[in-house]
Amino acid sequence: MHDSILTYAKSRYLWISIVLCVVSIALYVWHDPAVAPNGGTWLGYTLGTIAALLIVWLMLFGIRKRSYATNMGTTRGWLSAHIYLGTSLILITLLHCGFQFGWNLHTFALVLMLIVIFSGFFGVYAYLRYPTLMTRNRESATRDAMLEEISEIDQNALNLADGIAPEIHAVVLRSIENTKLGGGVLTQLRARDGSDIAIAKIRSAMEQRETQLGAAPAPMQAGQTMIMMVDFLAGRADDKQAEALRKLIDMLSRKRSLATRVARDIQYQAIMEIWLYFHVPLSVTLLAALIGHIVSVFFYW
Amino acid sequence: MAERFKIAIVGSGPGGLSAAARAAERNISHVLLEAEPHLSNTIFLYQKGKYVMDEPAILPLRSPIPFEAGLRETILGKWDESTAKLKVNVRYQHEVSAIQRRADGIFELRCQNGRTVEAEAVVLGIGLQGNLRKLGVPGEDLPFVQYQLDDPEAYEGETIVVVGAGDAAIENAVALARQNNVIIINRKDEFARAKKGNEQAILKAIDDGVIECYYNSAPEKVEALSAGRKPGRMILNTSNGRAQILLDRVIARLGATAPRGFVEGCGVVFPSKDPASVPAISAQYESNVKGLYIVGALGGYPLIKQAMNQGYEVIEYITGNPVEPADAPLLKAKFNNLKGIGTVEQTLAQIQRNVPLLSHITPLQMREFMLDSDIRTPAQGEIIFERNDYTNSFYSIVEGEVHIVVEDKPAPVILRRGEFFGEMSLISGRRRTATVKAGPNCILVETPRRSMNRLISSVEAVKAEIDRAFITRAIRSRFAAEASPEQLQDLASGASLKRYKAGELVFQEGDEGDCLHLVRLGSLTISRNIGGKDIVLTYVAAGNYVGEMALMGEAKRSATARAAIATETIQLDGAAFKKLLNRIPALRLRLQKEFKDRTAANLSMQALPGGGDIISFLMAQGAGEATDILLIDESLCVRCDNCEKACAETHGGTSRLDREAGPTFANVHVPTSCRHCEHPHCMKDCPPDAIRRAPNGEVFIADNCIGCGNCVRNCPYGVIHMASKPPRKPGLIQWLLFGRGPGPGEAPYDPDAEHDPKLKKAVKCDMCKDQAGGAACVRACPTGAAIRISPEEFPAYAQSRR
Ligand SMILES: Cc1cc2nc3c(=O)[nH]c(=O)nc-3n(C[C@H](O)[C@H](O)[C@H](O)COP(=O)(O)OP(=O)(O)OC[C@H]3O[C@@H](n4cnc5c(N)ncnc54)[C@H](O)[C@@H]3O)c2cc1C
Ligand code: HEM
Ligand code: HEM
Ligand code: SF4
Ligand code: SF4
Repeated sequence: MHDSILTYAKSRYLWISIVLCVVSIALYVWHDPAVAPNGGTWLGYTLGTIAALLIVWLMLFGIRKRSYATNMGTTRGWLSAHIYLGTSLILITLLHCGFQFGWNLHTFALVLMLIVIFSGFFGVYAYLRYPTLMTRNRESATRDAMLEEISEIDQNALNLADGIAPEIHAVVLRSIENTKLGGGVLTQLRARDGSDIAIAKIRSAMEQRETQLGAAPAPMQAGQTMIMMVDFLAGRADDKQAEALRKLIDMLSRKRSLATRVARDIQYQAIMEIWLYFHVPLSVTLLAALIGHIVSVFFYW
Repeated sequence: MAERFKIAIVGSGPGGLSAAARAAERNISHVLLEAEPHLSNTIFLYQKGKYVMDEPAILPLRSPIPFEAGLRETILGKWDESTAKLKVNVRYQHEVSAIQRRADGIFELRCQNGRTVEAEAVVLGIGLQGNLRKLGVPGEDLPFVQYQLDDPEAYEGETIVVVGAGDAAIENAVALARQNNVIIINRKDEFARAKKGNEQAILKAIDDGVIECYYNSAPEKVEALSAGRKPGRMILNTSNGRAQILLDRVIARLGATAPRGFVEGCGVVFPSKDPASVPAISAQYESNVKGLYIVGALGGYPLIKQAMNQGYEVIEYITGNPVEPADAPLLKAKFNNLKGIGTVEQTLAQIQRNVPLLSHITPLQMREFMLDSDIRTPAQGEIIFERNDYTNSFYSIVEGEVHIVVEDKPAPVILRRGEFFGEMSLISGRRRTATVKAGPNCILVETPRRSMNRLISSVEAVKAEIDRAFITRAIRSRFAAEASPEQLQDLASGASLKRYKAGELVFQEGDEGDCLHLVRLGSLTISRNIGGKDIVLTYVAAGNYVGEMALMGEAKRSATARAAIATETIQLDGAAFKKLLNRIPALRLRLQKEFKDRTAANLSMQALPGGGDIISFLMAQGAGEATDILLIDESLCVRCDNCEKACAETHGGTSRLDREAGPTFANVHVPTSCRHCEHPHCMKDCPPDAIRRAPNGEVFIADNCIGCGNCVRNCPYGVIHMASKPPRKPGLIQWLLFGRGPGPGEAPYDPDAEHDPKLKKAVKCDMCKDQAGGAACVRACPTGAAIRISPEEFPAYAQSRR
């Protein structure tokens, strides 16, 4: 049955991590080295080794995740363990170095590790929060279906606009060209699309036309504009055009709501992925720093 | 005066063509009548560039016409060539509309084009495709009215009227609407006949104004116009009167009329009403009409090579040359492990004598039956199948005995020579209910599901006998722990089979309860009316019983039982059952306990707000016929598509599941993925019988798939694709370290794809039966959003969703 990575197997790995931490603390408290606690004592070595092994194992998750044919447990089990044991690293490494920091490679490694871990926290947060939001936002359509509908609307809107007036056609065309969904990382995260601009443009095209016809453009709200437009066309253009215009506005509003949803969909997905772009490269850097750390402490010796 | 021939062959498919070619080769006076202006319409209509396969590979070809696996075009080209070389007397566009045997034994074949032909013998090789149904109104044959659509991309900017409301019509309309102005004509006011996906697509297209739809309308006539911009128009009868549509093209997709009516019109008798039944024919392919022979798909042999061999053989038989059928060596090989056998015919007859069930069938059916079956000679004590296996083959005992191991009974039930077993799983589509072991000197015939089902639907006597055994055994296996066979006899004799359509009521809350139902096939939902709404409490799978509550205390039904899918039950008489209960206190006690457990489960379900809604939702998605379904919890799914990648990676580069597609309810998402149905629709029309069920329940497609695409069309859940075998990919480490090749889950790039036509085969989920660890999709999901469960777990699942 369905349960989350945190409660997987009755939170087995949480308990393992807690035990690991409690034992480490107990040892740390009980241990009374001649110098202040640090990575050089036997306990320091032990905890350091445990931490280093854990880090290597945590990195292996990336490989396990892609070994689809393996029968080494489920990815979910691995991730659950990854999260809890990864978190316990904070304590274990701090105890390892005896809370001694400096402007050196060692502390650099520690800081890197903390960044990796905290990015992991963000990941867990995102994984728990965004899936539900995403489902709600989609209203049971798929993203492709929404995109397809948008392009259909674009097509139909163009056809319609064609029959109204050249300037309206131009506006719709430009709006289509301006609708960019996805795009760069930042755009994805900001969740915006260009269809607002299109509606604004139509409005201004209408106003322009009104000016040409001699009436002063009154400042107005979007909703009012639409009504005004229709009124205006009903008065001076034929019914067909008015009808078409009303339809056009309906379409563009529908498109706007769709585009907003798609943009948000992309945003959610981007949030669920973006942190991995920190988590993974930094963990590789961490591994390098860690090797440096280990090599250097042996040289010191 | 009609022309007279010795042999008239109707239909130039592989069967008919091969027959005509053999007749030509032997200089026998013959004529080959073909409805279309070309040979072999079925193969002609395959997709362009289709790779035609020559299954079964072990069967030798016996025909003057060449055939080996290759492109459709090559094969048709060679056939045209050898037809010309052999001077086969073909008459194209001669659709035979009636065949009559005169008193003098001469056949008269009347063609649609008015010609008549006479012949001493007729070979019917018209296949199963049938004739495409036409509009049936004036103008149905105008050049712009067509009944097929090969390539929707070929038309642009036209006004096209699509007639029909089935899958083909919808798929055509939607595809054409991309570049054309499409109008669809639907006789009814809904598209309920189509697959769900298609229905949604067309309704959406209509909603969006992309396609215009005339509901409750039917064409009255089609006319060509000489003036104006459009070449034609259609006059339409709508519910609001008549309408006219100016058009460029009409595409009518009205399905095909099965050839059965025509064949029956010729006097050929079909053994039962079941559409799957085939006419009974002799070992020489002769039907009940003397001198009328049937070869190929129409006779139940759905592969090209078989049809061609039969074409050859039938000419030999007609001319009195008793050749050994081409499949004789295959049969002989099967009988190899039998000691002291005679000829193939003798052995077949011996088997029929030993097994009364098989005595009802014709020699040709027996041949076919044995070709598909295997002879097994298990050593004493060997396990034939195990309880809870998902296999569904059927066994007849030719010699010796088998032991059925019954739980909580020390002595096994013994079945002897002439009896059969395995019918339970065959019929219910569910797990084996008991383990069966071989006794001494055991010889068995193991028959796969398809052949057995075909036999059951073709021979009424076989069906009746199996049903009778099923009822007795089902009752016994349910109540044998407490009751003796004699005590149960009473119950069995009063039992009857009931059939329900999906959604049909079995009984209703508040009804008087006077009987009990053992579900033998399909499944039921149990619901109660609470606050004016039907709340589903639970799901009852095949093999269980319902309705006992009313017989054990309360007289009224405490809940409503409804068929979740097409369902059959064994209805047991209430009075006889009550009598049994009174006689056997132990049985009463057990049932009371089960009753208590059920009531408790129902109550806890009832207490859950919306718990039953999830079951209802799943049932609406057809999960009632599933044995194992993939569900995704959308509140956990991070849309990483690792499941799809895992599937593709473990299955030759094509994912067999589409995570995103499919409906969602209360965050429970049913992706497009195989449910391993109890009675898989995909198995229905597979010519080489390539779709099988593995012991753990996985429905999978074996390598002998010929790529015909029937299963793609038959699966209502759209989970089968056609794909070619991908090239090898470099390993994961190479990708990680050197960026070699496509990444995990990405489709492999195939450098030869462009110039080398690939043989495409059907691919679908096989539930990772070859993966040691089990379903890769589930194991690859990092968050546990993807799970696979079986319908029995639905109630527990619904409760866990709180
Ligand atoms: C898409 C698809 C792919 C397939 N791929 C393969 C494959 O790769 N390998 C394989 O072995 N099998 C394949 N099959 C199965 C194979 O096509 C059939 O088993 C085979 O064609 C049956 O041959 P037949 O001679 O019985 O009839 P058909 O081939 O169906 O021929 C019947 C002929 O009779 C004509 N006819 C019908 N009615 C009349 C009438 N009243 N008067 C005159 N003529 C009439 C028809 O026009 C047609 O030409 C495939 C089937 C399909 C649908
Ligand atoms: C095989 C594993 C390890 C070994 C053998 C090891 C060894 C040591 C030793 C000998 C010291 C003392 C150095 C000194 O006092 O100058 C030390 C300090 C330290 N180690 Fe490790 N270590 C290991 C793993 C780690 C890991 C995984 C981390 C965290 C990412 C880490 C972080 C530190 C830090 C922050 C210090 C303190 C540096 C300082 O005093 O400024 N070590 N380690
Ligand atoms: C030093 C500690 C850690 C290291 C080296 C590390 C390393 C990794 C690596 C290599 C991956 C694989 C990503 C991929 O290939 O796609 C990963 C994934 C992940 N890690 Fe960590 N990690 C660490 C700590 C943590 C912690 C503490 C958490 C959470 C609290 C965490 C949460 C995750 C999550 C949620 C994923 C994503 C899983 C997925 O979507 O497939 N990690 N980590
Ligand atoms: S492919 Fe379709 S019909 Fe066949 S078992 Fe799967 S879901 Fe059922
Ligand atoms: S598996 Fe599907 S495509 Fe392959 S032969 Fe069977 S029905 Fe045809």
